[in-house]
Amino acid sequence: MTTAQTMFEKIWQRHVVVDRDDGYTLLYIDRHLMHDGSAAGFARLRELGLKLRRPDRGFATPDHYVLSNSRSIQDIPDPHHRRLVEQIKENTAASGVTLFDLGDERQGIAHVVGPEQGVTQPGLILVCGDSHTSTHGAVGALAFGIGSSEVAHVMATQCLWQRKPKAMRVSVEGTLGPGVTAKDVILAIIAKIGTAGAVGHVIEYAGSAIRGLSIEGRLTLCNMSIEAGGRAGMVAPDETTFAYLKGRPFAPAGEAWDRAVALWRTLPSDPQAAFDRDVSLDAAAITPMVTWGTSPEDALSITARIPEPSTAPDAAKQDSMRRALDYMGLVPGTPLDQVAVDRVFIGSCTNSRIEDLRMAAKVAQGRKVVVPSWVVAGSGLVKRQAEAEGLDRIFREAGFEWREPGCSMCVGMNGDTGQPGERIASTSNRNFIGRQGRGVRTHLVSPAMAVAAAVSGHFTDVRRLLS
Amino acid sequence: MEPFTSLTAVAIPIDQPNLDTDQIIPARFLGKPRDMQVEALFHDLRYDTERRPRPDFVMNKPGYADARIVVAERNFACGSSRENAVTVMVDNGFRAFIAPSFGDIFFNNCFQNGALPIRLDAARVGVIRAALRAAPGAQLTIDLAKQTVLGPDNQVDRFEIDSFRKDCLLKGVDEVSLTLSYEQEIARFEERQSREVSWL
Repeated sequence: MTTAQTMFEKIWQRHVVVDRDDGYTLLYIDRHLMHDGSAAGFARLRELGLKLRRPDRGFATPDHYVLSNSRSIQDIPDPHHRRLVEQIKENTAASGVTLFDLGDERQGIAHVVGPEQGVTQPGLILVCGDSHTSTHGAVGALAFGIGSSEVAHVMATQCLWQRKPKAMRVSVEGTLGPGVTAKDVILAIIAKIGTAGAVGHVIEYAGSAIRGLSIEGRLTLCNMSIEAGGRAGMVAPDETTFAYLKGRPFAPAGEAWDRAVALWRTLPSDPQAAFDRDVSLDAAAITPMVTWGTSPEDALSITARIPEPSTAPDAAKQDSMRRALDYMGLVPGTPLDQVAVDRVFIGSCTNSRIEDLRMAAKVAQGRKVVVPSWVVAGSGLVKRQAEAEGLDRIFREAGFEWREPGCSMCVGMNGDTGQPGERIASTSNRNFIGRQGRGVRTHLVSPAMAVAAAVSGHFTDVRRLLS
Repeated sequence: MEPFTSLTAVAIPIDQPNLDTDQIIPARFLGKPRDMQVEALFHDLRYDTERRPRPDFVMNKPGYADARIVVAERNFACGSSRENAVTVMVDNGFRAFIAPSFGDIFFNNCFQNGALPIRLDAARVGVIRAALRAAPGAQLTIDLAKQTVLGPDNQVDRFEIDSFRKDCLLKGVDEVSLTLSYEQEIARFEERQSREVSWL
C-alpha cells in the first residue's frame, strides 16, 4: 500500500534527479520564465563558460523595466534599464529561448503571460527569478522564485538543489459575499497567519470557496503566497483548470491533451494525506480588505478603524506599529473609510487579468475618478481582450489612464512611482516602505476596492457601490 | 566562491521585524551595475532625502563601522527575490546574518554568495541584539565547522545547518560544477521525461 501523499509531494517526487542522504534533492525544472531582470543570470552563465541546457524550456518577456506609456525601447530614459530590455532580446536570440518581446501582443508580466500562453501547466515545476512566481501554482504546478545565481544554475543544468519544504493547507470553506474577491481572501489569510506564517512551507489552498474561484482568482491567491512567507502556493487542478488551459498555444493538444489530463487528474492530494500545518477560514466572514501599515499582514476589513498600537500584545509589536503608522501618516482610531487617497493603481501580477479589469470596470461604469488613476493591463492580450469588451472605454470615460502592459507602479523600476507622501490605493502585492517610490504610502486592495477609492477620493466599502 | 570557515567581527543589531529586501536595497538601484549598487545598502534607512546620514540608523552610529555581521529580527529579508540584497551586503563586508527566521529566497541566495544565514532562538537573538546596542562595536565569533556562535556575553550557541550547505560554504564550492558532476543522472531523467511527458 502506498502512503497518502499531498499534491506537492507527488509533484516533488516526479522531479527527483538525485536524492542525497544529507536531505538535499536535485530537482528537475520543467519551465524557466525569464524577464528583463534575468540579464544577470545570462551574464553569470557566460562567466561560467556554459550554454543554456534547455532553451526549449525557457520563455521570456520584458516586464520590470518597460514603460507603461510607450512601447519603444528608445524611450526608456535610464541607459542601464534600456540596456536590460535590449539584452533580453539579444540573450534569447543567441540561446534560442522563446521571447514575447515589446511590440508582440503576447508580451506582458511574466506571471500573467505564463498561464495565458499555457506554458504553466499542472504537475510542472516552474521557476523564475522573481518572488511572485508562486502565482503559477494556481493551476496545480509547483512554482517558486529564485535569485540570479540559481537562475544561472537552472540555465546551465535545468536543475536546482532543494531541501523539501513542509506542507501547509489553508482551507476556505463557504461562499464569498458580493464584492469580496480572491484578493480579499489572500489578505485575510495573511492577516491571520502573518507574513512569516508559512516560511519553509508550500501552501495548498483548499475548500469550497477556493474551488469556486476562477483561474484568474486562483492566480491572485497563489501570487501572494510569498507575502505569507510561503515557498509556493498551489490549488489542485480540476475541471476549471482544464477548461482554462485547453486550446492555449503551449498547452498539449490532440491525443497529448487526453494523456495530459489523465495525468493531471492524479495530482490532487490524497484524501488521507497529512499536512504539517492546517489553517481554516470561513469564507462568509471575509469582507473587502485594506492594508493600513507597511507589511501585508497589516490588513483589516474596510469596516474597521486604524488600530491603536497600545492594544498590541508586546512592546516590540507596539513599536513596529507606531513606526508603520508614522510612515503611513495615519491616526489610530480613524475609520478606514475616512482615509483619503491621492492616487490609484490597478495592475501588477496580482490583479491585472481580464477578470480583474471586468470587475473594476463594473464599479467604474458611469462614475468619475477624483484622483489620478491608472489601469495597467497584465499583458497585450489582456489589453486587447479588454478593448474588445469595451472596458477601456469605460475606464477612459471615468477618467482612468489606460496604459501599456508591464509591472509598472507595483515596483516602480521603470520610473512609474508616486511622489513622497502620496497615498496610493494599489492592487499590487507589497505595501513595503518605499515600494512605490520613496516616502510613498501604499494600501493594498482589490481592483473593485481600488475603483471605489478612485471615484470617492477615500477608501470606500465597494459593496455600497455595487448595491 | 570565497570559502566561509570562521568569522570574528563587529555585529550590528537590526530591531525591525519583517525588514524586507526593498529596505536592504530599494528597487531604483537594481538596474545598475553591481559596483554602482554598493552605496545603496539600506539607502533610505541610512540617508534622508537630502542624503544626510540619519543619526538614528544603526550603521551611522559610532562603533559599528567595521561590522561584518547582522543580528536581525524575525522574517529578516523577506519579500522580493532580488539577489542584490545579498550581494550589496557582501560588497559592504557582511558575511553572516543571524535572525530567528528569514525570507526563504534570501536564505538560499546567501549560500550562492559565500554568506552564512544562521537561525537562532528568538529570545536569544533578542538578548544578543540588546548586548550589541549596549556595547556598540562588540564582536561575535562564528565557527562554521563547529556550528557555534560566541556572543558578546561569552555565551556559546549552537546552530543548525544542512550538511550540504555547510560543505559547500566551507570549501567554497560552486553549485553549478557540483551539479554538472551528476550529468548522467540528469540525462537519464530527461530521457524518461521525454517519454512520459512528451508534450512538454
